[in-house]
Amino acid sequence: MTYIHLSYSDPALPALLVVMNGVLSLVLHLKLERQLAFAAARMTVQLVLVGYVLTFLFAAVSPFWTALAAFVMVLFASREIVVRQKRRLQGFWTYGLGAGCTLLASGTVTIFALLTQLRPEPWYHPRYALPLLGMILGNTMTGISLGLDVLTNGAVRERAAVESRLALGGTRYQALLPVIRDALRSGFMPTINGMAATGLVSLPGMMTGQILAGVEPIDAVKYQLLIMFLIAGGTGLGTLAAVIGGARLLTDHRHRLRLERLDSEA
Amino acid sequence: MDPESLMLAVNALRRLHITVSFRLNDGECIALQGPSGVGKSQFLRAIADLDPNEGSVHLDGISREAMPAPVWRKLVTYVSAEPGWWADTVQEHFVAWDEAAPLVERLGLPPACGSWTIRRLSTGEKQRLGLVRALLLRSRVLLLDEPTSALDAASTATAESIVAERISTGTSVIWSTHDGAQARRIGSRLFLMAGNGSIEEQTL
Repeated sequence: MTYIHLSYSDPALPALLVVMNGVLSLVLHLKLERQLAFAAARMTVQLVLVGYVLTFLFAAVSPFWTALAAFVMVLFASREIVVRQKRRLQGFWTYGLGAGCTLLASGTVTIFALLTQLRPEPWYHPRYALPLLGMILGNTMTGISLGLDVLTNGAVRERAAVESRLALGGTRYQALLPVIRDALRSGFMPTINGMAATGLVSLPGMMTGQILAGVEPIDAVKYQLLIMFLIAGGTGLGTLAAVIGGARLLTDHRHRLRLERLDSEA
Repeated sequence: MDPESLMLAVNALRRLHITVSFRLNDGECIALQGPSGVGKSQFLRAIADLDPNEGSVHLDGISREAMPAPVWRKLVTYVSAEPGWWADTVQEHFVAWDEAAPLVERLGLPPACGSWTIRRLSTGEKQRLGLVRALLLRSRVLLLDEPTSALDAASTATAESIVAERISTGTSVIWSTHDGAQARRIGSRLFLMAGNGSIEEQTL
């Protein structure tokens, strides 16, 4: 495998393109130049830091540091889920539900892949575990946040229908079933669309990266297939857990709809 | 309390500003009268256990906590003034549309309305269909929340007589209304609800 090494000065030239965008924004009064500069700077700092952190982790190959890094990633993902909610659950479950479900789904799927297909030595080697977790996490997070958003908004919008069903002796799951179905559908949709478009519209980032690193396209494809199936599995599992868990939290043991457990619109 | 008697017994039921105790025998109809916004719905919903509330409610001596909430609500059924709909067509909301059709027809809707979409129903049509949907459960106690608020005089009279038939066969009813004349027409007892949540029984 051969790949073309870059020095720090190499990304500097394309960075001029961003500067050009900034000039454009100034000339056309788009007022985007500050945001653009901040985003570009933030990305640079974040990525360079991540590079050093990963270098350290790959050298250490320590179960403790790897687990800590994974934990921090899950925390960022659950924060992202909460930020994307229009109506949030109150109390512990604001973060608890998203964090629990992303951890459950991404963790299970990542460990499954490490133990059965990739089998690095040791199995928790961060060079495999962390990028894998990152890709699965990103997609699971999207599924969960979409699913929860549709669930909570649906429960509020369909309140009369849900309560009528409850009043007629339906259980909380019977009453919420139409809303639950919508929520699951929304959660799965990006993954299904992603699988359908992959390879035609865009080459996936990981596959592109491997090809640039000198891997044979067919080998890169095998990796990509593995990842896509893991993502589909993780998103399905995570979205299902989050939506069913959310439905449970929006109701109580006496099968009452408890919308007061949601914050008003954020 | 005599546990053998066939009745609904409500003891120190509390929901928000409302606290109330009373008994409702089989075949009785309590008219619950009070101005809009006074908490009549809250009171009826609390009996059906649709909102968190305190106090005890027994039916025939059995506590509602002794059974799952859905079972309780099939015995003690709350019917909202604005019934909700979860499927696309009318008949999907009924377990047995054949059974519903005669009642629907009596209330002035064509039996073919089963295939109508919910979208095209008027408020009054929804109210009549919501009442029929609940009547099919053959509950022991019906908690009717302004069940004729969107109906014309003829439909109101039909709805009142259909419920009266149920009462004569032993169903007990609490019927909330802001209309004093209706309260006196349908009730065998009259409860007046005031703004502070107090409920007083008046002799008819």
